[in-house]
Amino acid sequence: MSYWFEDEHRLPQTRLAIVSYVIVGAIGLLLLGFWKLQVVDSERYTQLAERNRIRAIPIIAPRGRMLDREGRPLVDNYPSFSVLLLRDDPKQVERSLPQIAEGLGVPLDDLQQQLEAAQDLPKFQPIVIKPEATQADIAFIESHRADIPLLEMLMVYRRRYLPDGFMAHASGYVGEVSAQQVESSNGRYRPGDLVGKTGLERQYNDVLSGTDGLRRVIVNSVGREVGRLEQKEAILGQQIQLTIDYDLQVVAEQALAGRKGAVVALDPRTGEVLALASRPAPDPNLFAVRVPREEWKRLNEDPDRPLLDRAIQAQLAPGSVFKVIMATAMLESKAIPENFSVLCTGTTDFYGRMFHCWQKHGHGVVSLHQAVVHSCDVFFYNVGKRLGIDRIAYYASQLGLGRKTGIDLPSEEAGLMPSEEWKQRVFHQKWYPGETISVAIGQGAVVATPLQLAHTIGGIALGGIFKQPHLLMSSQSVPGERFPLSEDTTEKVTQAMFGVVNEGGTAAGVHLEGIELCGKTGSAQVISAEGLKRAGRQRRFSDNAWFVGYAPRRNPEIVVSVLVEGGEHGASVAAPIARDIIKAYYDKKAKRNQLQYTVEYKHYEFGDEPLLAESQPTSEPPARPEQSKPH
Amino acid sequence: MKASARVRDFDWWLLAITFAICGLGLLEIRSATHGSNLAGMHWRQMCWIVLGLVCMLVVSRIDYHAILDQAPLLYLVGVGALVAVLAVGHARFGAKRWIPLLGAFFQVSELVKLIIIIVMARFLSEVRTDQLTLGDLVKAGVLTGLPLGLILLQPDLGTAMVLVPLVIVGAFLGGIYWKHAAAVIVLGVMMLPVGWHFLKPYQKERVTTFLRPEEDPRGAGYQILQSKIAVGSGGFWGKGLGNGSQNQLGFVPVRYSDFILAALAEELGFAGVFATLVLYMALLLRLVQNAQRANDRAGMYLVMGVAAVLGFHVLVNVAMVIGYMPVTGIPLPLMSYGGSATLFVYLALGLVMNVRIRRFVN
Repeated sequence: MSYWFEDEHRLPQTRLAIVSYVIVGAIGLLLLGFWKLQVVDSERYTQLAERNRIRAIPIIAPRGRMLDREGRPLVDNYPSFSVLLLRDDPKQVERSLPQIAEGLGVPLDDLQQQLEAAQDLPKFQPIVIKPEATQADIAFIESHRADIPLLEMLMVYRRRYLPDGFMAHASGYVGEVSAQQVESSNGRYRPGDLVGKTGLERQYNDVLSGTDGLRRVIVNSVGREVGRLEQKEAILGQQIQLTIDYDLQVVAEQALAGRKGAVVALDPRTGEVLALASRPAPDPNLFAVRVPREEWKRLNEDPDRPLLDRAIQAQLAPGSVFKVIMATAMLESKAIPENFSVLCTGTTDFYGRMFHCWQKHGHGVVSLHQAVVHSCDVFFYNVGKRLGIDRIAYYASQLGLGRKTGIDLPSEEAGLMPSEEWKQRVFHQKWYPGETISVAIGQGAVVATPLQLAHTIGGIALGGIFKQPHLLMSSQSVPGERFPLSEDTTEKVTQAMFGVVNEGGTAAGVHLEGIELCGKTGSAQVISAEGLKRAGRQRRFSDNAWFVGYAPRRNPEIVVSVLVEGGEHGASVAAPIARDIIKAYYDKKAKRNQLQYTVEYKHYEFGDEPLLAESQPTSEPPARPEQSKPH
Repeated sequence: MKASARVRDFDWWLLAITFAICGLGLLEIRSATHGSNLAGMHWRQMCWIVLGLVCMLVVSRIDYHAILDQAPLLYLVGVGALVAVLAVGHARFGAKRWIPLLGAFFQVSELVKLIIIIVMARFLSEVRTDQLTLGDLVKAGVLTGLPLGLILLQPDLGTAMVLVPLVIVGAFLGGIYWKHAAAVIVLGVMMLPVGWHFLKPYQKERVTTFLRPEEDPRGAGYQILQSKIAVGSGGFWGKGLGNGSQNQLGFVPVRYSDFILAALAEELGFAGVFATLVLYMALLLRLVQNAQRANDRAGMYLVMGVAAVLGFHVLVNVAMVIGYMPVTGIPLPLMSYGGSATLFVYLALGLVMNVRIRRFVN
């Protein structure tokens, strides 16, 4: 019987030997491969392994707070969690996205858009998908750690501003650092860092922003922290104390509520800004997290321009407020005799054109004092004609118009004081004498900001000392300019402004018993009288109401400039606001003096107490009178 | 045909080498999984090894000629099982590879590997010439091609590829004309683009990743990169058992199975790798030696079939760990954790022992 396996062939010994050599050769090659990795390139891979294992997690330093002059917080922080999405595993991200969207209450489209936007970033860099996690979000993340290992939380401090746009323009807001800033910062900023974008947040960003700390931790392959190596604590940003008086700011904000306008209150002796308000105002709390695109668009396209800081950026015709500058120029230049007087019949004509006084029936014979008190246009037309534009421009510039005041805020506007030279330079045209007549009553090309008018009028009342306005409380001497006015000029001009309020002048309605309130009203046309006639009397073209007031008459402590756009009458709309602020200032002062009242520092903890807690401690023992001490 | 086969004629050296490799494997499985939710895996692997030893003993007792006699039947069973697994099999990780048997899931393809080794040994030993004809080659190709195709359908590219060296080594030993070899190579190269067309997306991704790993370091190239980092950071002496950060923190993918050598390389260094690879070399050379001393060509083909499959496993897995080959999911025999794979190796070694203890019979 013959089996299939019974054959006479010998085994192929040579070929089997060849297979042996192949085996030895292959193992040898593999060992060479290991030698290269483990001995030749070992150092490089050791570094890679360390980089795998160790992750540096930033500890975000909270920004410094902003306090008012009595130590009350105006801008604060609160701790918040950002939800991070780890994108290492695109497949899992894709699979879990619907569940994440539902769990966090974020529309799926939104998440997908964010992922797309982050496509160019390295995959290991997580993205923030929800900047402010709620309790429910945190619970969702914790309970789904196992099945959705893609979500992480990062503790950050977010800015908290007072509600309702309180002091919004002055404080400004923070936002993510721009790509250019990152590039030009020499590594100081990382993408995603928060920096001040506008206002004080931007001006004092270097002081306010702290130094982020770092935590080096051991993580496993899914990024879970399994151990800690070292920790460098964050250095808190310094808090800054402002010259703002919260109480006066409240009066200013509330007086402007529902209006378009601005309030500036200064202490002209020091340049300290006591209140700085502009309305309408955005709520910077909306920006503290992330500006929604629609909201940003709406704010930018709003015809009321809520993003404009009217206190330092609205450049408008000062109207009759300019008459104070005219009066000063007239007296200082001595080009016109002091007792110069004019018969006002309601109209007059220059160079073949009719010019009207606001008082249709005329003021009769008026001198300088009467002309300021009753705001007679015809008188100042004549003064303007006699002084000429260049002399007006010289004095106005010396008194601070057409130049930035140098306040410690970004994007202050300079206003404009026209002159022959200016017109030639900008329009390549000759100055027409008729233009001087308009400028003489604060119309035409002359424009100024509310801050400039407060600065200028306050300086004139002080006899020609113009302290640089500032918001940061500082013990150092404040720079200022001097343009000494003669005693006689100061006396006459301040006396006239006293008359405006106290001698039955245009602002007689805001007379305050016991307070030497002085000031000047203004109702500035937005377009020329002829233009207004053509356009019909629409509200858009209503006059802007101005009032710049101060007290006391000599050596003033507070000067307040009020602008109400479309407010029609300075006397009835703007002046009461200034009066309220000055009254509040005196009320506080009286309380302090009579009751030995002092304001205790109230120390707020982050997030624990409502920010606008009553700031009137009553029974604490007095600590220090007057000035609060900067930290 | 009967023979007095005795257990004392076992290849004790082969067994010793096998145990040494298994010991290293158990050590590293323990180190890779202790403290994780997979802890205790080395005990389960130990059970599989013991079960494997029993199977080896049983297989070695049955005369391999009797086994080879049943080759046609085994072939039918194997093909049938592959069809069954496609029809009713249990899908895990996106592939139908498992059928439930005795309360555990078995990878049918492991069994089929064994069957094809037997079938090829039977087929080649029936060729009565010193050179394979073209007809023989085609027959061998078809015999292997059918199960290979069925395994590809699961899909399991790795296991399917294992059948190829079986045919190549068999053909080499059986004697192949140069022109036939050249023709097969040319045909194979021409088939590559066609084969590419049939690859699943994830398989294509693995291949492109292998060719250009730097393009997507956190995506598909991640596994190879992490494996290389583990190996490279191990250095010459390693970080010590249980101290490899790549291994312990889970950066090494499937560190207890396919990438177990990466875990070992990190913790035991080049020294450990050297010892391991020398052990594998000794194992394979020992197999060749057993083939050389086989009583007949059938025994030789059987042993060399086992050597071809194990050698391919070792080569492909080790090369993958250091980034010389794409990720295919082929485990490292005797070291990687896995029941079916361990059983297969011991059954295959049982066949070798079978041939070994009958070497003097004539």
